Amino acid sequence: MSETSQSLPPPPVRFGSLMRMNGLIRKEFLQILRDPSSIAIAFLMPFFLLLLFGYGVSLDAEHVPVALVVEAPDPETASLAGSFMASRYFSPTVYSRMSEAITAMNERRADAIVHLRSDFGRMIYSSGGAPIQVIIEGSDANTGRLVSGYIEGTVQIWLAQQARFKGQSLQAPVDMRPRIWFNSEVRSQNFLVPGLIAVIMTLIGALLTSMVVAREWERGTMEALAVTPVTMTEILLGKLIPYFILGMGGMILAVSMAYFLFEVPLRGSLWLLIATSALFLLVALGMGLLISIIARNQFVAGQVAIIVTFLPAFILSGFIFDIASMPVGVQVITHLIAARYYVAILQTIFLAGDIWSVIVPNTMALFVMAVFFLGVSRRKARKRLD
Amino acid sequence: MLTKDSTSDSANSAGQVLDFKDVTKVFKSGNRSVEALQGVSFQVRPGVITGLIGPDGAGKTTIMRLAAGLLIPSSGRITFFGVDILQHPSRVQSSLGYMPQHFGLYEDLTVRENLDLYADLQGVGHSERPARYSQLLDMTGLAPFTSRLAGQLSGGMKQKLGLACTLVRSPSLLLLDEPTVGVDPVSRRELWAIVGGLVKSEGMSVLLSTAYLDEAERCSWVVLFHEGKILGEGTPMNFSAPMKGRTFSVSASGIQKRSMQQRLMDNPSVVDAVIQGEQVRVVVKSGVQTDAESLLPGAGDVMLREVEPRFEDGFISLLRERVAETSQRMSFDIGELSSSQALSAASGPIIKVQDLERRFGDFYAVRGITFDVGRGEIFGLLGANGAGKSTTFRMLCGLLPASGGTLRVAGLDLRHSAATARGRIGYMSQKFSLYGMLSVLENLQFFGSAYGLDRRRRATRIDWALEQFELQPVSSDTSADLPLGYKQRLALACALMHEPDILFLDEPTSGVDPLARREFWRRISALAERGITVMVTTHFMEEAEYCDRLAIMAAGEILALGTPEQIKDRMRTDSQPEPTMEDAFIGLLEEHERMEANAA
Repeated sequence: MSETSQSLPPPPVRFGSLMRMNGLIRKEFLQILRDPSSIAIAFLMPFFLLLLFGYGVSLDAEHVPVALVVEAPDPETASLAGSFMASRYFSPTVYSRMSEAITAMNERRADAIVHLRSDFGRMIYSSGGAPIQVIIEGSDANTGRLVSGYIEGTVQIWLAQQARFKGQSLQAPVDMRPRIWFNSEVRSQNFLVPGLIAVIMTLIGALLTSMVVAREWERGTMEALAVTPVTMTEILLGKLIPYFILGMGGMILAVSMAYFLFEVPLRGSLWLLIATSALFLLVALGMGLLISIIARNQFVAGQVAIIVTFLPAFILSGFIFDIASMPVGVQVITHLIAARYYVAILQTIFLAGDIWSVIVPNTMALFVMAVFFLGVSRRKARKRLD
Repeated sequence: MLTKDSTSDSANSAGQVLDFKDVTKVFKSGNRSVEALQGVSFQVRPGVITGLIGPDGAGKTTIMRLAAGLLIPSSGRITFFGVDILQHPSRVQSSLGYMPQHFGLYEDLTVRENLDLYADLQGVGHSERPARYSQLLDMTGLAPFTSRLAGQLSGGMKQKLGLACTLVRSPSLLLLDEPTVGVDPVSRRELWAIVGGLVKSEGMSVLLSTAYLDEAERCSWVVLFHEGKILGEGTPMNFSAPMKGRTFSVSASGIQKRSMQQRLMDNPSVVDAVIQGEQVRVVVKSGVQTDAESLLPGAGDVMLREVEPRFEDGFISLLRERVAETSQRMSFDIGELSSSQALSAASGPIIKVQDLERRFGDFYAVRGITFDVGRGEIFGLLGANGAGKSTTFRMLCGLLPASGGTLRVAGLDLRHSAATARGRIGYMSQKFSLYGMLSVLENLQFFGSAYGLDRRRRATRIDWALEQFELQPVSSDTSADLPLGYKQRLALACALMHEPDILFLDEPTSGVDPLARREFWRRISALAERGITVMVTTHFMEEAEYCDRLAIMAAGEILALGTPEQIKDRMRTDSQPEPTMEDAFIGLLEEHERMEANAA
C-alpha cells in the first residue's frame, strides 16, 4: 500500500456488478423501511384511498331526499307516497303546499320535488291520465339524471300495480325489463375499486420513485454514487427492482381488499391480472424515472408526477368518468394516458373475465409505453451533472 | 498494491496524477451564460496534498466535478495518469475517491450500512472488509457509533464518515470538496491529521478545496483561484516568503484597536491590516520604508515589531494587485442618527440575558446562559454547528420564545413586547434572506416598506444605502445573480433600512472572499462606533478578534465569556505562550469534554 501509484489501476473485477446491485437494493429497502413518508405513500395512502372509494364514494343514488307535495290527500296519493317510502332509493318527506317544497329544495333538504296536484286522484283514471310535476335539483348532473330516472321508474311501477289491482289497463305502452350485465348488482364499487388499483400503482411507481431519485440528487448522494464504479444501468435497476416489488405489494393489497372486503367479483384469471399489472407498473416506473431525470428536486418531481401521472390516472383513465362521454378532443388525449389501458384491462378481468379482444390490444399499448419510457430513461440518464 | 498499466499513454504528463490543460467551463441557464472557469491549467502531484484555495464562486467545486468526470469541460483536456477522463470516465472513477460537499451520506442508514454500501459499490471483497473497516473506524474515531444513523451524527462525525466511505477502497487520488466547511475547529484539525496520515502511510495523492486561508499552509502545493482564474500557484512558502520584512505587529497606547486598524487601512502604504488581540497586524507595500511615524502619524507611543509572514498575507497582497478597483480605502457614513437613538443613548446594557433556556422536548438547545451587551459593543457568539448560537439568536430577535429565564432587548421584555423590540432590531441571516427574483432596488424598497418607513424616509434611506454600500451600479440587477460579496452588502443594507439600535448578524461572512470580509468588518466597526450594538455569530476564529467581547458556546452552554485577550489568556501556558483564538477555542472545548466525561 505504501507504493506510490504512477498509473491507472486495472478495471475492477467482473463479479462486482452483482455486489453493487445487491448493495443498492439493500440500501433502498432500508431507506423505505426507515422513511415514514415512503411507507405512507406505499401503504397508508392506498389503504385510505381504498376505504374512501370502497365505502365513502358511491356513484349510485340512494336515500335521495324527495319532497312529495300532496295537495289533496286521498287513497291514490297515499299509495304512491307509500311506493316512494318503500323504495331504498328515496327518503321522501310529504308537504301539503308547493311553496314549502321549494323552500326545502332551496335549503338543500330535498334533491327532487314530486308534485301531485289536487285533482290527481280524479285524473289518474281518466283517459288522459294525471300530470305529475317533477323538479330535479340538477347541480350534480349525473345524480340528477339518475334521480329523474328512478322517479320515473317508481311511478311506472306504481301505475302498473294500480292497473293490476283495478283490473284495467293504464298508460304503460312499453313494458321495459332491463337486465344489467357484468355488474348485475349495479354497485359502483365493482368498477371503482379495480380502477383504483391503477391509481395506487401510479402513486408508487411514478410519484414515490420520482421523489426518491430526486432526493438523491438533492442530498448530494447521487453525486457520490456517480463517482464509484457503479454504472447508470445498475443505478436505474437499483431503483426499479425495489419499487417494482413495492408496487406489486400495493397491487396485491388492493386486489385482496377488493376481493375480500368489498366483495368485487374476480371473473378473469388472477395470473393474467398479475402479469398485466406488472407491465403497467413498469410503465409507471419508467415515467417516474424519467421525471426524476428531468426534475432534480423533490418538490418539482412531486408536482410533475402528480400533474402528469397521478391526476390523469384519476380523471382521464375511465376510472371514474366514462371516456366515451368525454369531448372528442379529450378522448384523443386519453390515448396518451397509460392508466387508460390498464383500467380497461382491470375492469374487464374483474367484471367480465379473460376477454382477449380487450386485453390484447390494451396490453400491447402498455408494452409499447413501457419500452418507450424505460428506454428514454436509460438514454437520458447520465452519470453527469450537466 | 496497484499495478502499472502499460496501455495508458503517459507521454506528456509523466508523473502527474491529474493534469488540467487550458480547461474552460461555461454554464448556460436560459440565455445567460456564465464562464465558471477561464483557461485553467494546473497539475496534481503524486503523494502530496494539493490545495485549491479561493472564496465561494471561484470555481473550486467546478474543478472538483470536472476531475471526478461529473462535468464535461467546454474546452481543454483533463487527464488522469495520462488517461483522458472524457474518454474513459468509468476507468478513472474506479480509482478515484470523491467526497462531495455534503459528504454523500445516506442519513437514514447507519454508519455501518453506509460503509457496507460503499464497499459494495467499490467492489471491496467480503474477506477484506473487517480489516479495512477497523482501520477506518479507528482512524475516524467512529468505532463506538457503528449502529448510529448517519443523520444523527454531529457535523464533524458526518464529515469523517464521508471520508471513511470514500476510502473503503484505497483510491489513487482523493478529491475532497470543501471538507471542512461548517465543521467545528476540533473536527477540522482531526480531518487534517487523518488526511496527512494517509498521504504519509499510503502515499495517497489528495486534491482538496477550501475557503479557509489558514488551511493552505498545511498543503504541499496550493493553487489560488479567484473568479474562475488561477491567481497563482506554488508552495505556501512561495507565497509567504516574498512578504518577509513587510509584516508587522503594531500596538499603540491610547487608541482603540478598531480605530487603529481603520487608520492603518487608510494609509496608502498598507496592503492589509487585521486585528490580533490588542495589536494590529499590518502588511505594507513592498519597498516602503516602515516606521511608527509613517504608519500612524500623530499617534504617540507606537510600538512596531516585525512578525513572520503567513500564507494569507501573500494571498491578500496578490488579490489587491489583481483587483484594481479595490475599495480598501472606502469611506462609510452611516448617516445621521435618528432621534430614538440619540435619546436612548443612556448607559446600561442594551441586551440583558439571564439564565436563558430553550428546550425542544427533553433536549436543551440552550441551557441557562447569562450575559450582558453594552451599547455600541460588538459582541460575538462562537461555537460549532449545534452549539446553540442560532437558537440564542432567534430568542434575542423575538422569533422563538424562551423556555425559561429573562431576556431584555433595548429595555423591553421580549416575553411581552417582542413586536416593539423587533422594530429596533436589524437582522441579517446566514443565507442573506433576499428576494432573489427582485432587483437590488426592489429589495431595498420592500424592506423599507416592511419596516414601515414613510415614502420620504424610504427614499432617503434607499439613496443612502445605494451610495454607502456602492450598490448604485447594480441597482437594477436581479439580486439572485449578484456575486456573493454584493449580496452580503445588500443584505446588510436591507437590515439597516430602519436604522435599528441593534444589529444581529448570523454568520455574515461565510463563503465571502477575504477582501469582501475585510470591507464588511470595516462597515461593522463604523456602525459600532456610532453607537449601534452588534451581535454576531461566526466560525472564522480570526474574526472573533474584531469583537469587543465574546462568548464561546458548546452544547447550549457558555464555556467562556470575555474580551478576546481574556479568553486567550485562559489557554496561555508555557508550552503555548501565544495561543491563537482557534487554540483557545479548541482548548476550551477539550476542557469541557473532559469535565463532561468525568461527570459521567
